[in-house]
Amino acid sequence: MNKPDVREVLKERILVLDGAMGSLIQTYQLTEEDFRGEKFKDHPHSLKGNNDLVGISRPDVLKEIHCQYLEAGADILETNTFSGTWIAQADYKLEHAVYDINFQSAKIAKEACDEFTLKNPNKPRYVAGSIGPTNRTASMSPDVNDPGYRAVTFDQLVNAYSEQVKALIEGGVDILLVETIFDTLNAKAAMFAISEVQEALGTNLPVMISGTITDASGRTLSGQTAEAFLASVSHMDLLSVGFNCALGASMMRPYLEVLSANTPFGISAHPNAGLPNEMGEYDESPSDMQKQIKEFLDKGLMNIIGGCCGTTPAHIKAIAEIAAQYKPRKVIQLNAEVV
Amino acid sequence: MSIHPDYKGKYQYKWHNYPPLRLSGLEPLVVTPDLLFVNIGERTNVTGSKAFLRLIKEEKFDEALTVARDQVEGGAQVIDINMDEGMIDGVESMKRFLNLIAAEPDISKVPIMIDSSKWEIIEEGLKCVQGKCIVNSISLKAGEERFIWEAKQIKKYGGAVIVMAFDEVGQADNYERRVEIVQRSYDILVGPKVKFAPQDIIFDLNIFPVATGMDEHRKNAIDFFKATRWVRENLPAAHVSGGVSNVSFSFRGNNPVREAMHSAFLYHAINEGMDMGIVNPAMIEVYDDINKDLLERVEDVLLDRRDDATERLMEFAESVKGGAKEKKADDAWRSDTVEKRLEHALVKGIADFVEIDVEEARHNYKRPLHIIEGPLMDGMNVVGDLFGSGKMFLPQVVKSARVMKKAVAYLLPFLEADKSEAAKKQGKILMATVKGDVHDIGKNIVGVVLACNNYEIIDIGVMVSCDKILAEAKKHDVDIIGLSGLITPSLDEMVYVAKEMQREGFSIPLLIGGATTSKLHTAVKIEQNYTNGQAVHVLDASRAVTVANSLLGDGKQKYVEDIQQEYIRMRENHAKKKAQKDTISLEDAQANKFPIEWKAEDIHKPKFVGIKVIEDVTLEEIVPYIDWTPFFQTWELHGKFPRILEDEVVGAQAKELFSDAQKMLQQLVREKWLKNKAVIGIWPANAVGDDIELYTDESRTTVLDKFHMIRQQSKKAGGEHNMSLADFVAPKETGLKDYMGGFAVTTGLGIEEHIERFEKDHDDFNSILIKALADRLAEAFTELMHEKVRKQIWGYAATEQLCNDDLIKEEYKGIRPAPGYPACPDHTEKHTLFKLLDAEKNAGIALTDSLAMYPASSVSGWYFAHHQSKYFGIGRIERDQVESYAKRKKQSIAYIEKWLSPNLNY
Repeated sequence: MNKPDVREVLKERILVLDGAMGSLIQTYQLTEEDFRGEKFKDHPHSLKGNNDLVGISRPDVLKEIHCQYLEAGADILETNTFSGTWIAQADYKLEHAVYDINFQSAKIAKEACDEFTLKNPNKPRYVAGSIGPTNRTASMSPDVNDPGYRAVTFDQLVNAYSEQVKALIEGGVDILLVETIFDTLNAKAAMFAISEVQEALGTNLPVMISGTITDASGRTLSGQTAEAFLASVSHMDLLSVGFNCALGASMMRPYLEVLSANTPFGISAHPNAGLPNEMGEYDESPSDMQKQIKEFLDKGLMNIIGGCCGTTPAHIKAIAEIAAQYKPRKVIQLNAEVV
Repeated sequence: MSIHPDYKGKYQYKWHNYPPLRLSGLEPLVVTPDLLFVNIGERTNVTGSKAFLRLIKEEKFDEALTVARDQVEGGAQVIDINMDEGMIDGVESMKRFLNLIAAEPDISKVPIMIDSSKWEIIEEGLKCVQGKCIVNSISLKAGEERFIWEAKQIKKYGGAVIVMAFDEVGQADNYERRVEIVQRSYDILVGPKVKFAPQDIIFDLNIFPVATGMDEHRKNAIDFFKATRWVRENLPAAHVSGGVSNVSFSFRGNNPVREAMHSAFLYHAINEGMDMGIVNPAMIEVYDDINKDLLERVEDVLLDRRDDATERLMEFAESVKGGAKEKKADDAWRSDTVEKRLEHALVKGIADFVEIDVEEARHNYKRPLHIIEGPLMDGMNVVGDLFGSGKMFLPQVVKSARVMKKAVAYLLPFLEADKSEAAKKQGKILMATVKGDVHDIGKNIVGVVLACNNYEIIDIGVMVSCDKILAEAKKHDVDIIGLSGLITPSLDEMVYVAKEMQREGFSIPLLIGGATTSKLHTAVKIEQNYTNGQAVHVLDASRAVTVANSLLGDGKQKYVEDIQQEYIRMRENHAKKKAQKDTISLEDAQANKFPIEWKAEDIHKPKFVGIKVIEDVTLEEIVPYIDWTPFFQTWELHGKFPRILEDEVVGAQAKELFSDAQKMLQQLVREKWLKNKAVIGIWPANAVGDDIELYTDESRTTVLDKFHMIRQQSKKAGGEHNMSLADFVAPKETGLKDYMGGFAVTTGLGIEEHIERFEKDHDDFNSILIKALADRLAEAFTELMHEKVRKQIWGYAATEQLCNDDLIKEEYKGIRPAPGYPACPDHTEKHTLFKLLDAEKNAGIALTDSLAMYPASSVSGWYFAHHQSKYFGIGRIERDQVESYAKRKKQSIAYIEKWLSPNLNY
């Protein structure tokens, strides 16, 4: 489908990313049989809760959720592939299904986007292939007594991410989104894989990088400050760099300001709907979140904005409404300070 | 302030429209012009720091981390890490160290500089750091294609890069070549082929020594300054760095001049725009505090301002040195007083005149004892002080002792005639190498050093049983017992001696020393068994005197309390660590064995199968195979040969020792002092589980014997394997006909008569020297034999072409591990090996109770030929493996636990 390059659109307006996927899938109350579908009928391991499978076993559900977000005003859909690497799928013994998961999920998101773009060519929609952190860390030891130990190597991560990236690109995504980065070395492995795969396929898709500041310490889980994280991922020409998950919008703001002051790339944020309450639920309402995000926009911080855990199509609708009233952040010229 | 003719005033940054270089560890480091100069820590570099190399070699990573931490605390903004050294696994060490650093936030807060000349080490480093690091370095040395490829890889990994001014022709050594190479490198990097961010490029413009006396070096500094300016004016956003200490290389040993040179160099280089550098903060003087006359001369040299600049600086340098070296005619000291002459002879280790001088002194002093207590002891005190403060080195001290012994021996008849009391000694120390162990070089050195400090040494030799040690200690009423040992079973024997001392009611201090001993072992296994007295580990000869003085002096109580507290702490840490070592079951370890894809074409059928005795190799043939580095270690001179001969601190001493060694070596070879023998065997073999079966013949129907191997049981990261030597021989089920070999070699036959001769002459120096040389020859002979086996006898590497350096770096195909050492720590496998080789008859080597070999200068081991076989260490093993191993060896579990006690993880 013909549509403008997202890099061009980003100069014109603030783009809206979609919201949470997992909590929406839960509302369908899918059974073990639903998750298995025809394809994994006889898989020896339980598959319930493996959300990334929905694109294969219940494509109808996945497409419906995507359409809800597009309806709400999202410009960019994230593919349902957060755990689509053999490392993360090893928990379900589904290492062999990784290509399919990514390819099918990308395809469904693309179908949904194309339908909406066709309806309104003035608001082209884009698919971002979601690349999660896996469940292992390359620069931290899971064993407190053996700090030199690593449960996963850089090479293994590159191998796993390469498979995922290739499937996403071949499934038709427009953007690659490395997100929820709690260990920057994992992200660097994903970026390495992206370079190699794009080189091999001859593609040049834009890349978004989104880290996670774990708490009020202002650092990633692997210990980097926002500015150190930025330096670690800036070796690639990025569509955007930003943060997602762990924090609500208001807590995220100071770290977005650090990024904004120090990078020529676009800035993205997809915060949670506040912090989880005692029951583990996110209870910030769409209008609460809208208010907080308005502060980002007033400060001219944003290029891409959306939601993470606990956000719904209603949140995204509220965010899209407010974002439409603002100009995108201007990419600043980064001068070294004058002596 | 001095300004050179081309000086254009302080460099003003002019690339404000480019983004700054952004580095990071856990925290960012943004290199903006107002930082002025980024200071890179250089001490975590094995090529630059002997201390750090030793820590890495000995896997003392905790201490290595301390070195890194000290640098960061001391103000290093980036730390350079280099693991380029032939004796260590650079890739593995880089990974291990960076992974450990990642867990230390107070170190990993700063960016890392990954420093290596080997791409595979650089790449491994890039895979370990989450921050934005600097790669040090790449260059056009191997051509444009390679340069582009490496730069692109670094870009993908996300690093900044140091580019050396080096191309296909060579290293840039003048202004024009620097500009030429740097321009070309920059254009390639920022061009369409690589698109490297210009602010991420740092040029190392080669800092070379000045004042070398050679005309072509006169412009080394000024060309660097000019090239620095050129880069900063002409190459947008690029940086300039370099290793500063090189510039003062000609003044090694003269720190005041070096410090002045470093500061003056930095002052000018920074003015010209250099904005990063590897600097030792301890070796810089404040520019303004430099003596004005010195500064003028230094700057004359740096800026090449006068034809006689070098001469003037050299002249001045002599005076700055502080009169340390007054050159006298060689025998001028002979005209001094007899006391001064004796002192001089002792300090310089000159034995030629000692008898004449002592005889002369005998007429000046009333009693012969007064000569010993007077001028001789005074002289030895000077020696002790110089050694204690690091101004004299071990070989010199041993030579001093030789002079002392000679003097005392000359006086002995007069002392007896005088019937006076014996000289008053500090204390009596009994020294012995424990039962089953034949190694005594270290023990003898410690004895000499203690004797020099006025201790009476009763040395009862090697292979001394516990009964005898205790009986002699009682007989001589000694104040301290010192035990020594080199092989691992000696550790158990020491534990036994400690227990017996406790049982027999001893309460005198017990000193533990020798290559396999450690403070940890003493703390965990020995000290608690001897609570009546205090056991103390002595790291090396230089510590022995302090320890003995502390144990016998007034401060004893405090000292002992400190030691006890330290050992308690070590035991606690050990207990914690032990429980924490991650291991896996033997079954899982076996499932994760080293995967060799067995192919018939990888197995080379030996030209010879059976036992072969080799007697026709001469010592002349062996000498070229000597690896000298360990020879210097024996003498506590640390550093790599031949570089050690030029070392700032120990170089002069190393040269002298080397020349003594060469002299003896020549005589030893010429006069055939030592006899060497070797026996090797090659047998049809296949692996069965973790054992290797040897067969009587090619039909492989009758098992001749079995070697039993141990397997690593530590939990491995993905892609790593649980190794066993058994993995290097084709398993029986492959149906492939494989082979393995064994060997025993010695160069120690006939050494006793020479040792006796030296000892009779009170010549400890030469007695230790010949043993150290025999050890080196044994290792060299082993290397030679391995080559013979590879190229001729087995013939699996018939076309191999390696020089001695390659051999030292173990670059050959196949391995020759020894039973009792890391890859198979069980010494008892030597029983099988010696039986198969009939080594006692064929090579004249006997095994002691502890399975040490006698003569001590002997080596035995196995040959594995497969090209993937490699050295490794077993580490800790679990009880399930001990049970399996005991069953396979048909031995009791207790027996196996005794021999493998250092490896048990329970």
